[in-house]
Amino acid sequence: MDAIILQILNGLDKGSAYALIALGLTLIFGTLGVVNFAHGALFMIGAFCAVTLSRLLSLSHKVEVPGAVDFLGNPQTRDVPYIYDIFGESLGAGIIDWAVPLSILFAIPVMILIGVIMERGLIKHFYKRPHADQILVTFGLAIVLQEVIKYYYGANPIPTPAPSAFVGSFDFGALVGFEPGTIIYPYWRLVYFAFAALIIGAVFAFLQFTTFGMVVRAGMADRETVGLLGINIDKRFTIMFGLAAAVAGLAGVMYTPINSPNYHMGMDFLVLSFVVVVVGGMGSLPGAVLAGFLLGILESFASMREVIDIIPGINQVIIYLVAIIILLTRPRGLMGRKGVMED
Amino acid sequence: MSKGNLTRRGVLKTGAVAGAGLALPTYLSAAGHEGFTNAPTGSTVTLGFNVPQSGPYADEGADELRAYELAVEHLNGEGDGGMLNTFSSKVLDGTGILGKKVEYVTGDTQTKSDAARASAKSMIEKDGAVMITGGSSSGVAVAVQALCQEAGVIFMAGLTHSNDTTGKDKRANGFRHFFNSYMSGAALAPVLAANYGTDRKAYHLTADYNWGYTTEEAVKSSTEAMGWETVGSVLTPLTQTDFSSYITPVLQSDADVLVLNHYGGNMVNSLTNAVQFGLRDRIVNGKQFEIVVPLYSRLMAKGAGANVKGIFGSTNWHWSLQDEGSKAFVQSFGTKYGFPPSQAAHTCYVQALLYADAVQRAGSFAPCAVVEALEGFEFDGMGNGKTLYRAEDHQCFKDVLVVKGKENPSSEFDLLEIVEVTPVEQVTYAPDHPQVAGGSLGTCNNGA
Repeated sequence: MDAIILQILNGLDKGSAYALIALGLTLIFGTLGVVNFAHGALFMIGAFCAVTLSRLLSLSHKVEVPGAVDFLGNPQTRDVPYIYDIFGESLGAGIIDWAVPLSILFAIPVMILIGVIMERGLIKHFYKRPHADQILVTFGLAIVLQEVIKYYYGANPIPTPAPSAFVGSFDFGALVGFEPGTIIYPYWRLVYFAFAALIIGAVFAFLQFTTFGMVVRAGMADRETVGLLGINIDKRFTIMFGLAAAVAGLAGVMYTPINSPNYHMGMDFLVLSFVVVVVGGMGSLPGAVLAGFLLGILESFASMREVIDIIPGINQVIIYLVAIIILLTRPRGLMGRKGVMED
Repeated sequence: MSKGNLTRRGVLKTGAVAGAGLALPTYLSAAGHEGFTNAPTGSTVTLGFNVPQSGPYADEGADELRAYELAVEHLNGEGDGGMLNTFSSKVLDGTGILGKKVEYVTGDTQTKSDAARASAKSMIEKDGAVMITGGSSSGVAVAVQALCQEAGVIFMAGLTHSNDTTGKDKRANGFRHFFNSYMSGAALAPVLAANYGTDRKAYHLTADYNWGYTTEEAVKSSTEAMGWETVGSVLTPLTQTDFSSYITPVLQSDADVLVLNHYGGNMVNSLTNAVQFGLRDRIVNGKQFEIVVPLYSRLMAKGAGANVKGIFGSTNWHWSLQDEGSKAFVQSFGTKYGFPPSQAAHTCYVQALLYADAVQRAGSFAPCAVVEALEGFEFDGMGNGKTLYRAEDHQCFKDVLVVKGKENPSSEFDLLEIVEVTPVEQVTYAPDHPQVAGGSLGTCNNGA
């Protein structure tokens, strides 16, 4: 029982990342009709926003350590961040410690800007082109973006830890009456899940309860009619692209303490997120969220030794297996609109 | 021939046949001089450095390339000479190899077997490389080694740790200086037993590819021989990034040690996840829970940050070694590049020098002469104590380092501390040992 609870927790947390990326993907598909293969790269750039802010905060000058020598026999130096000079050592260290949450503020404008530039500069030229062209150009863009990141940050993962207040894990088992130590879960992963729920809720609320969201939803349902009503739907869709980029970016920022970011992390998530979108239904926002969590949980269960012992290799194929079954039996996905992907 | 016969298609066909006809003798003649592939004829000799310049191991590849550039400098008599000053063989005198200035070309393996073979092939066929060296993966090493065997050039492997490179996939034209999975297991087990006791229950998470299998097998058999019990082992996909769903079953098992047979990004992520889940704070079976990483690399340790603290693993070489060879190399590399070399850089630098030395001693670049010079060659002064290039499998036998993540690193390079230098006798195995059995060297190939 405790194993099952743990895997559900795992799945929820993995599903949060899938859901956040898939939400943006499906938002872009639903509004602009573009299959955006560069969406994983936006997640990766978000993560590197956290790396960048953490590096900016840690910008240092060198101070000689008296009596110590380095590996070449030269005087040993240590780095003292400028922020220590400004705010004092304890406050300075505290600010650096909180670099990842602070990066949220940094990432939102950066990601919206990147999203808008991406849409206006490149993707809008491909609206009327076949999906194959859109996939090729956005995939190419993803490769360019990840190579740019690799050029500046290197190929190795860069550790970007959570604030020390969130290091360690929470004894979930003891709380609900199990034996202490059997169901423990890292604090930061709980934070990630809560954060994802908040962002998803905010996006839904924005689309559901604001006039802007209503127009966008109307545009998703019937773009032509909304245009005929004299509403500049293109402008709104560009803003939605920026919003989707920000959602992917924030998912990336908060993910950095879970796994050290590297230039390739976007690609790792992209394929899975596409499967999530297909399973959930292309263009369906609740579908993306539902499928994200569903596939996250399924993947977690398929990784259990008891399951692998019965069906060897199931952990490697489960997600794709589900995608095949869905495509064969319900091509529009779990919550897709009738007609999408079915003609 | 009447004018009417000159059709566009006809011209293209004729051109293609003529082109192929011309290209074939060019390739053969490039290989044909003096009876071996790419025999150097001018005043220079070209070596091919095949390292990952893109892909997840690009940083390791960059360090390998730095080391090769340094080796070329030293071979050509530039710089401070580095390990040439401490190498027990004294035939290299800084005038290149056999009086020919050393030049080099580079290829990008991308850490993909097919890409690595293509870049090696191009360096052999187009650039006339007489030797190929480098790489950061066993899959690549095995693939390129087989290609070099067919082409008739020497392959001096870079970082490759699977038993199979000099086990079932060994080739007469291929040589490995780096240590292997068996040696890691043999070196680690006694240290683990001494620190964690002999009554331990281990759970293995293993990367689902050749290197993972041989490493799991090696660590399992060495630790089981010490009295440990293996209570579980699960293969994880190479593309896995979040290992949480593989770590949580460890919490449910009665294991008190987790062995992560992962390298590169896999290792960084699985170790980070394991520490996040508080495994290291657990008490199981009345003992402190421990994590072991059989193959350490400083570059990967850097990626995992503070999570490596106190965790045991093994490594081929470390810059903090205090023998004369290591000191000379660190001094030379550090002065040129401003930071200490990685173990990948070390093994590549040493391989380049060992090849040059073998050619010099053999008096020929012919692969079979080089093979003869390297087989059974004993040397010292290269950073790992007395070393033997065993004739039976072309594997170097030397001391192995057991290291531990440092508690208080003084710099970003000072991440590992040496716990023990395991003597070569303890990591030596018979050529027909079950873990490396199968395959055969075959005969050396001069190509041409």
